[in-house]
Amino acid sequence: MSLKSKSISSKSSLNEDERLKKISPLRVLLNRPELGALGGSILVFIFFGIVAGDTGMFSAYGMLNFFDVSANLGIIAIAAAMLMIGGEFDLSIGSMIGFAGICIAIPAIYWGWPLWMSIVFAFAMAVLVGYFNGIMVVKTGLPSFIVTLAMLFILRGLTLAITRLITGRTQVPGLRVLIEDDPLAWIFATDTFKWLFTWLGSLKLIELRTDGTPLATGIPPSVIWFVALTLFATWILMKTRYGNWIFASGGDKVGATNVGVPVGRVKISLFIGTAVASTIFACIQVLDAGSADTMRGTLKELEAIAAAVVGGCLLTGGYGSAIGAAFGAIIFGTVSMGIFYTDVDTDWFKVFLGAMMLIAVVFNNYIRKKVTESK
Amino acid sequence: MTDYLVQFNNISKFFGKVIALKDVTMRLKKGEIMCLLGDNGAGKSTLIKTLAGVHKPDEGEIIFENKKIIFDSPKDALDIGIGTVYQDLALVSLMSVTRNFFMGREPQKGIPFFKTFDVDRANKIAAERMGQIGIDVRDPSQAVGTMSGGERQCLAISRAIYFGAKVLVLDEPTSALGVHQASMVLKYIVKAASEGLAVILITHNVHHAYPVGSSFTVLNRGKSMGTFQKKDISREKLLSMMAGGEELDKLEVELQEMDRIHGKN
Repeated sequence: MSLKSKSISSKSSLNEDERLKKISPLRVLLNRPELGALGGSILVFIFFGIVAGDTGMFSAYGMLNFFDVSANLGIIAIAAAMLMIGGEFDLSIGSMIGFAGICIAIPAIYWGWPLWMSIVFAFAMAVLVGYFNGIMVVKTGLPSFIVTLAMLFILRGLTLAITRLITGRTQVPGLRVLIEDDPLAWIFATDTFKWLFTWLGSLKLIELRTDGTPLATGIPPSVIWFVALTLFATWILMKTRYGNWIFASGGDKVGATNVGVPVGRVKISLFIGTAVASTIFACIQVLDAGSADTMRGTLKELEAIAAAVVGGCLLTGGYGSAIGAAFGAIIFGTVSMGIFYTDVDTDWFKVFLGAMMLIAVVFNNYIRKKVTESK
Repeated sequence: MTDYLVQFNNISKFFGKVIALKDVTMRLKKGEIMCLLGDNGAGKSTLIKTLAGVHKPDEGEIIFENKKIIFDSPKDALDIGIGTVYQDLALVSLMSVTRNFFMGREPQKGIPFFKTFDVDRANKIAAERMGQIGIDVRDPSQAVGTMSGGERQCLAISRAIYFGAKVLVLDEPTSALGVHQASMVLKYIVKAASEGLAVILITHNVHHAYPVGSSFTVLNRGKSMGTFQKKDISREKLLSMMAGGEELDKLEVELQEMDRIHGKN
């Protein structure tokens, strides 16, 4: 009896502290949208570390390989995540990649434009496409799913039709020679930190070719873009007024409008963001391959959305993170490359992709309930 | 010169042939809580939207601090200090208390083009403001979804006051709440009024309105049935007026009649 009353009195005297303590660090972490993707990435690395640790997957060359794939996907996944947080979808990402590719290649090869000018042209087209998507969704109130699905077909069709009309083919090669000396192209086509790899090579810490140069020559441009965009997007979401507007627009359109958030403008800018990210993706790939292909980027929109969802974005908007999407992309990139190093048939990759997404959605749904549950 | 803070004189609003409001007059002084009572379809929502600047009145005038005012948009109403808290509260449950509190009006710091949302200051203000009304926000970065209905209501009201409301228009602030939560919200409304705000409390719940209100305007089928000071009217009288007392009286007589007939058989 006395014990009981004592415990009650101590409870009330420490009321404030106790209420603070209730939220354990674990709970705080659980409330972060990127937790699932972070955990998933760690699991994936542990898995491949065990089954493929001695295969060269984790050599400098192998790692750059799967980080390159992850980074390419990550560039569009981050933009897709921001749009999803803002409450909309963009299914035209993949088609925009193909479209941007020929917007660079055709003017540069067939019309004799300098490469930098065709790159600027591609970005201008991206802004137009994104603006059109955005204004259609905002003005008509139609679901972005439908509007951008239409755009998926329109852009892919345009890409194919225009390319065949002008070139008579579906591929436009011959870009590689134009990269040299171009004032703009290098930002999408330069390996960086070459000195580091040369140095590591000279110390025999990384694999060398037979001629003594390192096998991995530098950090690919995709990785630099990926890291920069992740930081930029995170800064916007967490640290700026515009970031708060993105969450508000996706969380409750009507409420946000009532308190003065320019919801329409926010959404349009996010659609422009996904189109521009697709164009960055296209620039990197086209300049790396030296050619544009009308089918480039097919199904990338779905991979981008999948990575965003694995990264903790809710399909209903208002919740998610850019870092999460980045980790989502790393998971997919690592598995898609890592599977080559295992005995598993690569056909199984898509099975994994689907299963991963399903687990992520179930997990996110649970988290959302946790976050919004009443006391 | 009058000492009214805000006057809505003979407001009428028509939608085509429908008379949504006819000659509604309300006058409020600082520190006063006027309860606007009415059953469903009495024209409460139309009146709120007219006060908030969503609708323009077709007849009548709005006088604020002795100046005639014409609202062209909800923003005009906000700018002069009429803050409306709608039933849906305009809160996003997945977002934090702070992010909701400053939604659309985030404090910024830093140099132009690199301005950042001043989260620390925002957190501090939000926690302080919520603390003033006795809501201990353990962590201002917690999601609004974790708060109770009453706390959310208080957050929305507190936000309107912080952003300069002199007249608070509250749309059914207690309708979705339990007794305890409702009394918490009502207590806060009284406190806000005692600090010099004029409050228009729209409700269909006389039991919530009567204890806090200083005057009562009853709306029935788009018309005002009059404004009454608390001392001049009882809770029962209000209740019967609101429901269209005659109709209820008639119903009672009819029921008695039925009882009598059934009793005989």
